[in-house]
Amino acid sequence: MAPVLEVSGLSTVFHTRRGLVRAVQDVSFTVNAGETLAIVGESGCGKTITALSLMRLVPIPPGEITAGSVKVDGTDLLKLSDAEMRQMRGSKIAMIFQEPMTALNPLLTIGNQIEEMVLLHDKCSREVARKRAVEMLHHVRIPEPERRSREYPHQLSGGMRQRAMIAMALACRPKVLVADEPTTALDVTIQAQILDLIGDLQREFGTAVVLITHDLGVVAETAKRVVVMYAGRKVEEAPVEEIFGRPYHPYMQGLMNSIPRVGSARGLDVAPDERLQEISGIVPALNALPPGCSFEPRCSRADARCKTERPELATKAPDHIAACWNA
Amino acid sequence: MSSTTAAAQERPIEPSFLNNVGYLCRRYPLGVAGSIIMVAFVLCAIFANYVAPLDPFSTNAKASLAKPSDTHLLGADMMGRDVLSRIIHGARISLAVAMGATILGSGIGAAVGLACGYLGGWFDLLVQRVSEVMQSLPLLVMALVITASLGPSLRNTIIAIAIPLIPTVARVIRSNVLSLREMPFVEAAKATGMSEFRIAVVHVLPNTLAPLIVLATAQLGSTILTEASLSFLGLGVPEPYPSWGRMLSESAAEYVRTAPWLVIFPGLAISLVVFGSNLMGDALRDALDPRQRD
Amino acid sequence: MLTYLIRRLLLMIVTLFGVSIVIFCLLRIVPGNIADILFDSAGLIDPAEKAKIVADLGLDLPLHEQYAQWIGGLLRGDLGYSYVSEKPVIDEIAPRIPITAKLAVLALIFSVIAGVPLGVISAVRQNSVLDYMLRVTSLSGLSMPSFWLGLLILMAFVHYLGTIPIYDRNPATWGAWFTMLAVPAAAVGFRSSALIMRLTRSSMLEVLRQDFVRTARSKGLPEGSVTYKHALRNAVLPVVTTIGIEVAFLFGGLIVTETVFNIPGVARFLVEAIRWRDYPMVQNLVMFTATIVVVVNLIVDLIYMVVDPRIRYSE
Repeated sequence: MAPVLEVSGLSTVFHTRRGLVRAVQDVSFTVNAGETLAIVGESGCGKTITALSLMRLVPIPPGEITAGSVKVDGTDLLKLSDAEMRQMRGSKIAMIFQEPMTALNPLLTIGNQIEEMVLLHDKCSREVARKRAVEMLHHVRIPEPERRSREYPHQLSGGMRQRAMIAMALACRPKVLVADEPTTALDVTIQAQILDLIGDLQREFGTAVVLITHDLGVVAETAKRVVVMYAGRKVEEAPVEEIFGRPYHPYMQGLMNSIPRVGSARGLDVAPDERLQEISGIVPALNALPPGCSFEPRCSRADARCKTERPELATKAPDHIAACWNA
Repeated sequence: MSSTTAAAQERPIEPSFLNNVGYLCRRYPLGVAGSIIMVAFVLCAIFANYVAPLDPFSTNAKASLAKPSDTHLLGADMMGRDVLSRIIHGARISLAVAMGATILGSGIGAAVGLACGYLGGWFDLLVQRVSEVMQSLPLLVMALVITASLGPSLRNTIIAIAIPLIPTVARVIRSNVLSLREMPFVEAAKATGMSEFRIAVVHVLPNTLAPLIVLATAQLGSTILTEASLSFLGLGVPEPYPSWGRMLSESAAEYVRTAPWLVIFPGLAISLVVFGSNLMGDALRDALDPRQRD
Repeated sequence: MLTYLIRRLLLMIVTLFGVSIVIFCLLRIVPGNIADILFDSAGLIDPAEKAKIVADLGLDLPLHEQYAQWIGGLLRGDLGYSYVSEKPVIDEIAPRIPITAKLAVLALIFSVIAGVPLGVISAVRQNSVLDYMLRVTSLSGLSMPSFWLGLLILMAFVHYLGTIPIYDRNPATWGAWFTMLAVPAAAVGFRSSALIMRLTRSSMLEVLRQDFVRTARSKGLPEGSVTYKHALRNAVLPVVTTIGIEVAFLFGGLIVTETVFNIPGVARFLVEAIRWRDYPMVQNLVMFTATIVVVVNLIVDLIYMVVDPRIRYSE
């Protein structure tokens, strides 16, 4: 199983008036074909910027990808010219976004927006592109795909729009799909459908999926491996059962503990006076990172060493790494 | 043991006052330039008597239509009056009329908008209809009719230019007030038992100030131009007040051939002031637009 | 769609009624009517003569009756008679309308052709040297009084061609047509083009920030496609609605430009009528202006409704 996506040492910064913001620092991971890697973390931890960096969609004047490589099928995307990268987008690596309503052009029909993709990368005729577009809509289980392809985004429901986005992204069968919080803006019932859909399409096309999310429930359902990010860095990585069974990094432990458990109000399974757990404190500003471990101010297990020395990622268990001195 | 070179704690850069000024110059260079131009004209207007080399009203038949020279830096008009001095004094009139009209129009407009947003009901509907009526007349046409019916005078010119401003300002303030009223912080204030009036004055009003200032500055340029147009058509500021617009109408077609300086310089003055005010207004809008903050 | 149309038409009529009342009252705020002016300027003193004129012109009737007379006539198509020339108002206005109309349309076309592409370029290359230059130029265009621009053009004519263009109803050559219509139209349109350029620019900047532009790029589309097929299509919508408002500004420009170039159009006529206190003329001309503005706005809104699928297919 050769990895389809290999990210190594990716670092992205933003030059702002208030200093250098280190949004992503030295992030590495690999994803094999047909597998899903989840990247979790709270807002501001750098996961979206990581996703955008993979696609080289980071706005370049304030932003800058300073280091690392992103290899899709062996080709390092960061070394390509702009024109070459444009060819890659959509055909080898594609992305779907969080808010489907604003991510689709309101003045073009759904069909048109999918056809565009096909015409661009597969260089076929209009009729073929149109047929392919309708086929894709059928693939993502939109009823009456012929009619729907001639409609505009605002005429579709939220779930259907997200399906349309998936259809658009996968129209040219890219090797890698980057999904940035694809279900966050949807109802819970639709969430499950969309995740199922992504899973099915993944099995059918063999796509590697990088799923960005802050929802651990989504991770549990869909991911094979999990990367945890905090303050721009990767702080833990393991297969999904491993990480849910025994998280090593205090941040991940905190996340797991803060999930409210059903029945806790009625005292089933938990002590009657058990409080809802929280992780105290807030995420550090990315232009004012402490010299030691970024999580130290909020960590219950922190000691003097954590304040001055940043922990490196170390193997805590087979195929399970975490960056913590005291894990 | 730990490495000998420990990384230092990063600090966010806190800009000092000088940094801020430098920042303003770098981020809004055009706005700063515009402000400088405006300030220069305002100073000219205030200290006209000291800045102007000659008396703008004294006629001198011998110097009639004199070309620009050492005595008359920008030339003289058909009655021998020094153009430069008239332009400097004209700044007084143009700026006074424009600022007076802008403040008057914006002030009344803001009050009306605030009342509409708060009182609602029939008052709001009435004002809406009247606004629509007023806005279907071009600005210049309305100002012309008002000066025509009131008679040309300095005061009437200010009124004539202020009135068409009112519906525009009222509309913007009204929609601002309406959306502010729905905001959580107003609800929170109400929940603490504050009276509506206090809420309006303490919470809502300050939040409408920024857009009001931006709007007023944007209108300043157009009021200057309207006054110039009115005076050019002979229905604006009357004698003896020097007005750039009227200077242009007096000299127009006749002297286009023989005395181009009579046409170039007053027009240049108008353009420069409006340009400065527009630059300033643009930069102000960019700066106060919350979406563009970094 | 139909109910909306009917509602708008009704609103239009109500607004125009409002305009007629406003203009009628405005003109009569200050005491001292046309009879006094005509009288004084003619040098007559006999009060009986004056009373006759007053009665002839219907100035002795109470105000609301005068208003009713006017409106009644208007609805029947009878616009009354000019105080000054004593000819029917229609005869004075009608021949002047096509002249102004030609100017106005030319000016509008010019401003769109110049304004939109420059606005797009300015937005796409935001903060570049070209952007700054374009912004400064457009701002200068907005800062210059239209009549000054007209005067400068006249000066250029005098300097290079030796003559001032004189308006001729039937221009013989293309050159003559150009000087008579295209040049003043450019003078009027310059200001509008600057406005449209700025609006297009800010609209494009707004649109380029939107998510779907990022999506378009993520599909690997070339920048040209992103800019024109995706962004501009959206950015142009607010510009279309502004054109309706632009027409009002345009009229102001027409007034002064027609005065400068001595073109016998309807706009210049308005100023002359105002100077003469020729009430019937002024009233009707203002009503005409307001009608044009309102109708153009309605047409623009309808176009917008058709062009934006979100409104066309609202479920």
